[in-house]
Amino acid sequence: MSFLKLTDVTLKFGGVTAVDNVSFSVEKGEVFSLVGPNGAGKSTIFNILSRFYTPSHGEITFEGKSILKKQSHEIAGIGIARTFQNIELFHQASVLQNLLVARQTHRKSNPVSEILFSPFVKKEEYRHRYAVEKVIDFLDLQSYREKFISGLPYGVRKVVELGRALAIEPKLLLLDEPASGLSVEETQDVAFWIEDIKKVMGITVLMVEHDMHLVSSVSDRVMALADGKMLALGTPDEVKNHPAVIEAYLGGSEEVGN
Amino acid sequence: MQLVISGLAMGCVYGLIAMGFVLIYKATEAVNFAQGDMMMLGAFITLGLTNDQYMALPFWISVPIAISLMGCLGYLLDSLIIRRMFGQSQLAVVILTIALGFVARFLAGAIWGHDPQSLESPISGQYFRISDIVIGVPEIWIIGITISLTVVLFVFFAKTKLGVAMQAASQNQMAAYYMGIPVRRVNSLIWALSGIVAAIAGILFASKNAIDPGTGLLGIKAFAAAVIGGLGSLPGALLGGLLIGLIEPFAARYLEGDIARIMPYLVLVLILIFRPHGILSQVQKKKV
Ligand SMILES: Nc1ncnc2c1ncn2[C@@H]1O[C@H](COP(=O)(O)OP(=O)(O)OP(=O)(O)O)[C@@H](O)[C@H]1O
Ligand SMILES: [Mg+2]
Repeated sequence: MSFLKLTDVTLKFGGVTAVDNVSFSVEKGEVFSLVGPNGAGKSTIFNILSRFYTPSHGEITFEGKSILKKQSHEIAGIGIARTFQNIELFHQASVLQNLLVARQTHRKSNPVSEILFSPFVKKEEYRHRYAVEKVIDFLDLQSYREKFISGLPYGVRKVVELGRALAIEPKLLLLDEPASGLSVEETQDVAFWIEDIKKVMGITVLMVEHDMHLVSSVSDRVMALADGKMLALGTPDEVKNHPAVIEAYLGGSEEVGN
Repeated sequence: MQLVISGLAMGCVYGLIAMGFVLIYKATEAVNFAQGDMMMLGAFITLGLTNDQYMALPFWISVPIAISLMGCLGYLLDSLIIRRMFGQSQLAVVILTIALGFVARFLAGAIWGHDPQSLESPISGQYFRISDIVIGVPEIWIIGITISLTVVLFVFFAKTKLGVAMQAASQNQMAAYYMGIPVRRVNSLIWALSGIVAAIAGILFASKNAIDPGTGLLGIKAFAAAVIGGLGSLPGALLGGLLIGLIEPFAARYLEGDIARIMPYLVLVLILIFRPHGILSQVQKKKV
């Protein structure tokens, strides 16, 4: 049984078929990357997985169960977390507060005992704070803990968003262009973190990324898409050298790698 | 001194209604112009349950009933009506709330009549003296309850799961969904909360003043208070309410009638000119 399995998934926006009969599966413990030129449908696949869009056709299962019956606010609860291509943080809140919101799915709700701060609530809060501090240490965010998002540089926001997804303690992590807009050193950090997320935390990663160097260095398998259709699937090298992939990139404005 | 206390008490009522404006504005980005009428309804429901000529229930029983009813009303307003307007312009939502205000006034008039009535609350009309200053008991209650409610709300938003969810949903809906927050239900609960706050404001107002179906129109002054406070900040709303509450009696005392009456709005205009984001505004850009 595949960990995450998409079967014949199709989604149209008016006349545009953003995702066209796409099937693939992600195995537990691997880093799986989606690559392809702009408009290939990569982010749309993420938006389908997080139940923002419903495919017109096809089936998606996670740990053997269909996720199409779930609503988007139930996705975090079954163990899928994501980051966004255009960072979506809570801007009028601190880094710590942003990460604590991610603990929502693990919190029990009882407003009265929460307001009175009962011993149980205290213990719970301690547990969540501990989980968040682990993420802060992992991503080296200590010096930004109390800073507001609206005042942070782009690169740090990107890391905070990764941290917020990790604070959910997901089984599957969806990363939409984790390195876009980052410097070479920052991208290097992202590569190390993804390795650790996979090996140390045991989280499966599905990633969309244009930086082929990063893709090759962290991915177990890669799938290339163009115009919503699958072009090739295999190891990073196989996909990079696949004739259809080279053709798609030459036809478009971009080149493989950079 | 008496002016200060009665001004503060009235300011608390404005402040509570203004908080209702802010809660809904932050959640839906629309202004609920029926907020004052919700206050009026809350007051009338309490009056209808308490007063001898209607149901004659004990005051301490009718208060929680009225508060819960207004909470349910707020929840249903959002889940049955406002939510349907999703995707429409905010102007459409605003016009809808103005219409809802008319409906509320009409309903209250049909059920309880159009004459001013007084709530038979155990505290109304009582007062005590400190040397030669007369202090009304209702004023003290109003101020005390407003302070406690503000503290409870503060802790609620900072500490509880639901409060954090509300804050998150009002800052970034999309992200809130993927943090596992059921944004739509949370928004309805914000409407419920603003109904509850409106009911409390109404009960406090009615324990000091007579009410009629048009009472809710003072919501306009509370709206001014919310705008003065920045329309996005709960403490700002309370502060704006207190400011307007204090300006009114002093203006009435020291200025001529007509000028006194426009003073609250004059302050609003001045603040909009000099501090367009409200008195408590930090420099923050709203993201689109
Ligand atoms: N909400 C939408 N409404 C209409 N069309 C959309 C919508 N979202 C995406 N599309 C279209 O679907 C196609 C796929 O877009 P998508 O964002 O998935 O591409 P992508 O592979 O993520 O590209 P990029 O590398 O630029 O992020 C594009 O043609 C895009 O214009
Ligand atoms: Mg994209």
